Amino acid sequence: MVERGRRTGPRPGRYSALSLLRHGVTGQAWPAAWRNHDMRRGYRVVIIGGGVHGLATAYYLARNHQITDVAVLDKGYLGGGGSGRNTAILRSNYLTPEGVRFYDRSLQLYRGLAADLNFNVMFSRKGHLTLAHSDASLRTMRWRAEVNKLSGVDSDVVGPADVKRLVPHIDTSDRPRYPILGALYHPPGGIIRHDAVVWGYARAADHLGAHLHQHTEVTGIDVSGGRVRGVRTTNGDVAADVVVNATAGWATLVADMAGVRLPVQTFPLQAAVTEPVKPFLRTVVVSGTLHVYVSQTARGELVFGASVDPFASYSTQGSLEFTEGLASHVLQLMPSLSSLRLLRQWAGLCDMTPDFAPIMGPTDVDGFLVDVGWGTYGFKAGPVSGEAMAECIATGRTPEIISSFGLDRFARGELLGEKGAAAVGH
Amino acid sequence: MMLIPCPWCGPRDAAEFAYLGEPAPRPDPTAASPEQWRGYLYLRHNVAGPGTERWYHRMGCRRHLLVERDTTTNEVRPHRSHVGDES
Ligand SMILES: Cc1cc2nc3c(=O)[nH]c(=O)nc-3n(C[C@H](O)[C@H](O)[C@H](O)COP(=O)(O)OP(=O)(O)OC[C@H]3O[C@@H](n4cnc5c(N)ncnc54)[C@H](O)[C@@H]3O)c2cc1C
Ligand SMILES: [Zn+2]
Repeated sequence: MVERGRRTGPRPGRYSALSLLRHGVTGQAWPAAWRNHDMRRGYRVVIIGGGVHGLATAYYLARNHQITDVAVLDKGYLGGGGSGRNTAILRSNYLTPEGVRFYDRSLQLYRGLAADLNFNVMFSRKGHLTLAHSDASLRTMRWRAEVNKLSGVDSDVVGPADVKRLVPHIDTSDRPRYPILGALYHPPGGIIRHDAVVWGYARAADHLGAHLHQHTEVTGIDVSGGRVRGVRTTNGDVAADVVVNATAGWATLVADMAGVRLPVQTFPLQAAVTEPVKPFLRTVVVSGTLHVYVSQTARGELVFGASVDPFASYSTQGSLEFTEGLASHVLQLMPSLSSLRLLRQWAGLCDMTPDFAPIMGPTDVDGFLVDVGWGTYGFKAGPVSGEAMAECIATGRTPEIISSFGLDRFARGELLGEKGAAAVGH
Repeated sequence: MMLIPCPWCGPRDAAEFAYLGEPAPRPDPTAASPEQWRGYLYLRHNVAGPGTERWYHRMGCRRHLLVERDTTTNEVRPHRSHVGDES
């Protein structure tokens, strides 16, 4: 077995104002946030994919169910998939009651996450504004607002004057090609620091005893007698009672190894960020018609996103078509940004489902569970998915909160229809 | 810019085309079970690597065509059924 540094040392201490002061004064190096371990021959639970979903599952298995004989395997580095590439928007103003309830539980967990993980995840509840440029989208927004309110989620349709008050830089006149008719306003939505969420879960899961194996690719899954037996990896064979597929954009490749077919197609989603400027944009602004959304980070950069690329692909190469379209759409919305410069653009892979809702729970192979179909919207679901998947593994029963997201819904024709709330605003 | 080899118009900017995805064999609607029909609707192979897919030349000759594309590199080639088609 390959020897790696920093193995099985003492558990890292807690972060606190005092530890910050001590390290600041002494210049002493911080201990690694998580450790490396030798691969065991077997684990009770093997989680494939070290994004927010895999790591949160490992964390809640340990914290809520005292199951620590767990390994998280990632072919790259932790957070190297969508979890380190998203635009970090959190919200719960979805369209279906199942979705609203589910995402709202996640926001609840996100609110307490920094204290829970002892890691500053920088959740900024700056509010979320989805613009309507047509009567049809206003109608969907009224519908969404009613569904939201019934679940106790703060969400309201507001007029152009309120939009102007919330975002003075926005052009609410009737000059643009698509004038703004109103918006869905969701005050509890906001943005978070995605890397901190990934690292916080990794550190906490490690602390409670889970093993995190980076640069360990799963190349096969052993199934016999209708049951999963373990996985084959670039770091040796590993036996397991339970194997969880949490590989997002790569989900079908991993499910194929177990002989399970998923209604998932992989599409790239691109995003871009500008140079930092003084804070001027308080809320997240989304326009479905213009296929664009904007938020301003704590550092002052504007983060832009759009809908997925027009064809399926596993390539994360950015395109000029994207940047051109993005710039023209952003400027229709906020003409005053015309002299801002873009710093970077990037892409991540999204596991799109036919109904824009995730797929969670058991499959036809005993012990092989999926937590996939996160498309362009799965970062916000990390905590609730981790909590629910952990319960599913520990009890062997599908928790109520994810019961409508099962893989069998497609064969039964019981799709969820979340597209109206998830196609552009992620 | 990605170029799609249209057998009738030659290589054109992919933005002129609509992506229709991997061809799925359509079962006989009168004989298929609901499960088979939904499999046809929703299940795709989603290959990472070379594969065949359908595109529609929306802003050109408005004909359907097949292309070979490697989904890990986006390298595109004419489908064998169209090779030699160019007039
Ligand atoms: C540009 C962009 C913007 C987005 N914006 C938002 C947003 O604002 N809000 C929101 O909620 N969501 C957003 N998303 C979606 C969100 O990023 C994803 O849904 C979410 O991060 C998925 O997390 P995950 O843990 O399931 O998967 P990932 O973070 O993708 O992790 C999967 C991991 O699996 C590993 N893996 C794959 N195959 C194997 C294998 N064979 N063996 C071992 N490991 C393997 C990969 O290396 C990867 O690290 C956005 C996505 C993108 C790309
Ligand atoms: Zn043509």
